[in-house]
Amino acid sequence: MQDTTANQVAANATSSFTEHLQRNRPGLLPFNQALPAAPAGAGSQPLQVPHATTIVSLTYGGGVLMAGDRRATMGNVIASRHIEKVFPADRYSVLGIAGTAGIAIDLTRLFQVELEHYEKIEGTLLSLEGKANRLGAMIRGNLPMAMQGLAVVPLFAGFDLPVGVGRLFSYDVTGGRYEEQEHHAVGSGSMFARGALKKLWRPGLTEDEAVAVAVEALYDAADDDSATGGPDPVRQLWPVVYTVGRTGARRIPEHDLAAVAGTIIEARTAARREA
Amino acid sequence: MTQQFYVSPEQLMKDRADFARKGIARGRSVVVISCEEGLALVAENPSPSLHKIGEIYDKIAFAAVGKYNEFESLRQAGVRYADVRGYSYDREDVTARGLASVYAQSLGAVFTAEQKPFEVELAVAEVGESPSDDHLYRLTFDGSIADEKRFIVMGGQADKVAETVERGWQRELNFAGAIRLAMKGLVTDKEAGELPASALEVAVLDRNSESARGSRRAFRRLGDDEIAALLSEEN
Repeated sequence: MQDTTANQVAANATSSFTEHLQRNRPGLLPFNQALPAAPAGAGSQPLQVPHATTIVSLTYGGGVLMAGDRRATMGNVIASRHIEKVFPADRYSVLGIAGTAGIAIDLTRLFQVELEHYEKIEGTLLSLEGKANRLGAMIRGNLPMAMQGLAVVPLFAGFDLPVGVGRLFSYDVTGGRYEEQEHHAVGSGSMFARGALKKLWRPGLTEDEAVAVAVEALYDAADDDSATGGPDPVRQLWPVVYTVGRTGARRIPEHDLAAVAGTIIEARTAARREA
Repeated sequence: MTQQFYVSPEQLMKDRADFARKGIARGRSVVVISCEEGLALVAENPSPSLHKIGEIYDKIAFAAVGKYNEFESLRQAGVRYADVRGYSYDREDVTARGLASVYAQSLGAVFTAEQKPFEVELAVAEVGESPSDDHLYRLTFDGSIADEKRFIVMGGQADKVAETVERGWQRELNFAGAIRLAMKGLVTDKEAGELPASALEVAVLDRNSESARGSRRAFRRLGDDEIAALLSEEN
């Protein structure tokens, strides 16, 4: 095809911030870095970097909820007690991240800018499916790093405005995108959290009930997984919980979470059982 | 073979400037007013989808008159510049001054180096903590940049419109007052004393979007109903 000006303009027209960076500032992308080959014999010892752990997400009557504990671990050491792993992606969606914390946090920032950038260039919001696909493409972009042990696995949830329901999506390290029904969890404590969710979740939960279910699922995950942090009444640290409904994403205030976590701890103390 | 005649640089620049001015004078005006509640951006624009006013970043908006394709490409370049800057440094490191100077440089480069200058005039507006912290930059086709106070008027009948706005401007204006004042300016050269809400494009930068809406993005586009309600509101 002729390389006319019109063709050039059309080829350069992109609403994607990631694409823009790839073309003009590839060094700013969190992935795309050429890592040095692993030194001989290093295969047995993975790179020691902070890892973010458990994220749970569940649907409820008015939308969808996502919650994450506050712990990052590095091997057997707690790297952070205060880390936040659930973020609003835009007005109507949230994402939670598990895996290599450093890359995951940058990937989240990139995703947030990606959505806002599209909205500003196009003048309209990206569809929920569109957002989910973009996130999948980013995770796939990180595949070379994932193969060196620096994987990021997100969980994405949002409110589908035209349909009027909350939906959630999980990913694998290759960027494969899977829509989940009812509830899902990712990260090291996800097995235990998912077990708890299976027993606690029921259709038509209210927002308050959904918050309680999520906090309890994280409590169970922390009970059995050393890399997941439970509610911490000493430091007053509670999980980060976001709900997304028709009016948009909302962070559940600390004092509400303190009350919910307090109730769970009290109930379990009173039961005096092996959980 | 055609003969290249000598044209003095003065004449060349003058011709280019005249050409650009003529193009801009054909367009309808845009008014940006700084007021108590924030910044109001008002344009006469019958199209609901081809905007003359746009969001650039958290506190920064863009308004333009002239050729749509030219200012739209500048707007998109501005959004890219701001997003790259905010992503690589921090959100608060994106300023209207930085953006305006990039615009000034690109407009200046196009004016001298390209086949034809851009037939556009731009306003870059940043809302601050108080009206005295607002920044209003006006950029013309040749890359000149002016730091304005209180308001900016651009477009075909800018002088007449500016006169009206100048007379009515007060520090205590709220959005309703600022939008009404802008409309009073925009209709100065028309027989009809009023424009319908559907002929106006209005957006605002809220001064306290964090506390009022819980959003760091101050830009908000007003719908026809909202505009009509604000215009009919009593002072």
